[in-house]
Amino acid sequence: MIKKLYKTKILVLLIVLLFLILFSITLGAVKIPFIETVKIIISKIKFIGNRVNVETIKDSNIFIVMNIRLPRILMASLVGAILSVVGASYQAIFKNPMADPFVMGVSSGAAFGATLGIILGLNKGILGFGLTSVIAFAGALLTTFLVYNLARVGNKISTTAILLAGIVVSSLLSSGISLMMIFNKDELINIVSWTLGSFNGSSWTQLLVISIPATIGTIFLTTYSKELNAIVLGEDQAQNLGVNVELTKKIILVTASFLAACAVSVSGIIGFVGLIIPHLLRLVFGSDHRILLPVSVIGGSIFLLICDTLARTMLSGIEIPVGIITSLFGGPFFLYLLKRNRSKNLI
Amino acid sequence: MKPIVNIENLHFKYDEAEILKAIDLNVPQGSFLSILGPNGSGKTTLLKNICNLLHPHKGSIMIEDKEVERIKYKNLARVIAVVHQGTDVQFDFAVYDVVMMGRFPYLKRFQTEGKEDERIVKKAMEDTSTWELRDKSISEISGGERQRVLIARALTQQPKVLILDEPISHLDIKYQIEILDLCKTLNKEHNITVITTLHDINMASRYSDYIVLLEKGNIRKMDTPERVLTEENIEEVYGIKVDLIRRNENERPIIIPK
Repeated sequence: MIKKLYKTKILVLLIVLLFLILFSITLGAVKIPFIETVKIIISKIKFIGNRVNVETIKDSNIFIVMNIRLPRILMASLVGAILSVVGASYQAIFKNPMADPFVMGVSSGAAFGATLGIILGLNKGILGFGLTSVIAFAGALLTTFLVYNLARVGNKISTTAILLAGIVVSSLLSSGISLMMIFNKDELINIVSWTLGSFNGSSWTQLLVISIPATIGTIFLTTYSKELNAIVLGEDQAQNLGVNVELTKKIILVTASFLAACAVSVSGIIGFVGLIIPHLLRLVFGSDHRILLPVSVIGGSIFLLICDTLARTMLSGIEIPVGIITSLFGGPFFLYLLKRNRSKNLI
Repeated sequence: MKPIVNIENLHFKYDEAEILKAIDLNVPQGSFLSILGPNGSGKTTLLKNICNLLHPHKGSIMIEDKEVERIKYKNLARVIAVVHQGTDVQFDFAVYDVVMMGRFPYLKRFQTEGKEDERIVKKAMEDTSTWELRDKSISEISGGERQRVLIARALTQQPKVLILDEPISHLDIKYQIEILDLCKTLNKEHNITVITTLHDINMASRYSDYIVLLEKGNIRKMDTPERVLTEENIEEVYGIKVDLIRRNENERPIIIPK
């Protein structure tokens, strides 16, 4: 009954996202007019493409739009979507609004893998990915697997134990990373910039490889919305409503960790998206995960797209790692929300 | 009358500590049964075993002649609804949405609630006088209101058994009466079997058809309030001396500590 009101808001968000995608393409060292951008993209769409005339547009502009900016912009949106939907799911499973996509050690696992890759000089590629990304992915998955099993007692998993195990394993890995950095000082800058996250050099192949599991995983997560709604009000209650709580927890943790590992391995560690976006959207759309998860996808895309656009255009000639931007803007904004909602007892 | 819950030789352990020892209990269909006992006597543990949140170490629990552990979660939720102590309200939900969650056991994975579910929710909320709270947030209503909302949610499960764990602790006397009156009405008019743990002996006496008196994981006594609530039984289980008062033959006994 109340749900219909949200449809307009969701539609508005989608239009904003689409506009931002097109608009951000025009920005950069080479300014490309909005109309030209739209024409270039339409010309690449099958069936209707031949109706637009792109002969007057410079080839270099077409190249910049199609091969440099568009894949990068779509990748930033995709990663934003993943991080945000994973954050929303974790917050539900841990019944803790402070949980983020990295609680299970995904980020430190990936960073450890990436650091290893960088100091071993593994720059060869598989499927458009540097070997570093592949090792980072493996590191992320192995770490979550480790944390999951440390927190498991028999057939049950305690979410508190996961949080604790996640913290301990993360700090162990961080020490490992620091050690590797000390012994390989010449790679320091590469390691640090990987860790801070970037979409520089995203390609269509990368995008394709990531978007398939991301789409399937996200849709799969949303099919558990009703279970998540029941679980956030208490696990015992949820089970007495007929939810198989233990199974649901496992399925969500495995799916969400896999998605987070995908995101981290292509983008590095980008904080705050998965924490603040679900929060912010919960304030607008409420806690019903049937709405929250889909809007998290759109909201995360919008936020990270804006941050990445700032990262690559704010200073000419230098690109700021996007992770810095997300915390620079996300941090104060989050504090503002926290302060505002403390007074309303919402958080 | 035919028992709807049938417990035989139930033993339950947390690690090594034996919490429930050889419990035998038949809950007749349509009865109002209260479980009394001092702190740590195993009241909540017994309830959690009945609703399949804990699993007996030995013995069996049958719900309508089926072993409780073998019943699918959703099917069990159509027979037994539980109102737990305390609710996390870290996340904000409208009261209406919370009550609607009670329809979960009737919905398939990709199914959304339909007209029939909305009708059931409305009825349950009217029966519990919570309909006017429907647009409020679950975190902004009072303890007594929240308890009624959770009972409304339990009703939408259309259960045969309603289990409540300390439904009136933390409530003032007006709400205590209100909640227990509501349970009694559901018990008499909807023929829902009510099983509840209580701390307040006089309330248990006033509302129950049967009282189970638990002592250190054993059933000390299970019978009508008149038979269970005697000076001797209470002194032996709680270790306090009481006077028993009955204003007339038709009224249930009340106790006053000496």
